[in-house]
Amino acid sequence: MPVQDFEQLFQQKIDAEVKIEPKDWMPDAYRKTNIRQISQHAHSEIVGMLPEGNWITRAPSLKRKAILLAKVQDEAGHGLYLYSAAETLGMSRDEMINDLHSGKAKYSSIFNYPTLTWADIGAIGWLVDGAAIMNQVMLCRTSYGPYARAMVRICKEESFHQRQGFESLLVLSKGTPEQKAMCQDAINRWWWPALMMFGPKDSESTNSDQSMKWKIKRKSNDELRQNFVDMIAEQVKVLGMTLPDPALKWNEERKHYDFGEINWEEFWNVVKGNGPCNKQRLEARRKAHENGRWVREAAMAHAAKLAERRKQEAA
Amino acid sequence: MNLLIRKFYYGDIPEEKGGGSYYQTEQDTTTWPLWEVFIRSKQGLDHKHVGSLHAADAQMAIENARDVYTRRMEGVSIWVVESKHITASNPEEAGELYEPAADKVYRHPTFYQLPDEVNYM
Ligand SMILES: [Fe+2]
Ligand SMILES: [Fe+2]
Repeated sequence: MPVQDFEQLFQQKIDAEVKIEPKDWMPDAYRKTNIRQISQHAHSEIVGMLPEGNWITRAPSLKRKAILLAKVQDEAGHGLYLYSAAETLGMSRDEMINDLHSGKAKYSSIFNYPTLTWADIGAIGWLVDGAAIMNQVMLCRTSYGPYARAMVRICKEESFHQRQGFESLLVLSKGTPEQKAMCQDAINRWWWPALMMFGPKDSESTNSDQSMKWKIKRKSNDELRQNFVDMIAEQVKVLGMTLPDPALKWNEERKHYDFGEINWEEFWNVVKGNGPCNKQRLEARRKAHENGRWVREAAMAHAAKLAERRKQEAA
Repeated sequence: MNLLIRKFYYGDIPEEKGGGSYYQTEQDTTTWPLWEVFIRSKQGLDHKHVGSLHAADAQMAIENARDVYTRRMEGVSIWVVESKHITASNPEEAGELYEPAADKVYRHPTFYQLPDEVNYM
């Protein structure tokens, strides 16, 4: 059968909402796009542990420490679900890790911002996990089976992340004047980077059309971003705080909030590696990997020795 | 190995704005094998495939599976099997493979028209 026919059959399956599974025929570009997106997503979960990990030892109470530890552990799990989903497409874990460490692979730019105060941890849960959830809920219906299944698992765990963040900010918002100020300051610093998480505007986004046709993505960047703004603009009222955007205003005609222009220069700068923490994050990952090398090797040697001993005992 | 890395921007970030950098790579001498994980979510149900993970041996695979896949009491029993031991049917041969069942409607209870009196059968 000529390739065009395969491609047509493939598109028919996609149109009929039949999931694509690892051994099924798929166009090369579909495989590549999925590897790229899923591994990028996995890297984001892993690197995303760093800014929050920064506060585990300094959380203000045992309760908050336990919660933060559980959340960060979930993110490690998310990274692992996603790496294994990407591996089903034929890229090895080593290659993916290597691409992250060489700077070839990207992770979400949001994790290149620093966590300066305790309130940042609440703001991350509420805004960063909140933005991630918008994207992830959509991805539960993505066309590649292993990716969709990983996303279903992840979504089940994510809602705790957003709720604990909001609750933690709620406590601060009812606290001392200093705590209130810290809460507002964290919101001010995280709001715009969170909006940038949805990527460039639709008009600037070159890969979107094909991804939509293949149902890898099912909503555009601008659509998701608008949904997020609408949700947060309401929730911030409960905190008695404000979002740092003078242009934010309910538009009765559109039934959506209007909002101001993102600083795209900053966006591209952080993507290109010039954000406040890009270097630090990558170095932390490389160091962890390199320092863990002897552990990986020792575990393999130990496993081989045990297997050998068992063989001798059986003989 | 000293590689020139061209940066690729993922997701919806256009690629043409890429830069480049050098990074010294070092290959791991050992890679932990891949294991498939199956979990029984509660007594009385089947083990169900939940995903995969890397581990040096079976014992470590079970311990890792506990941490990765059962953080919220999702399981009461775990099976692991090295991925290389799984043989899968070929989706391209699905037509021939399942064809024998396609014309045997009499295997289904609905094939039999019975009088109303015994229709609960
Ligand atoms: Fe996550
Ligand atoms: Fe999360």
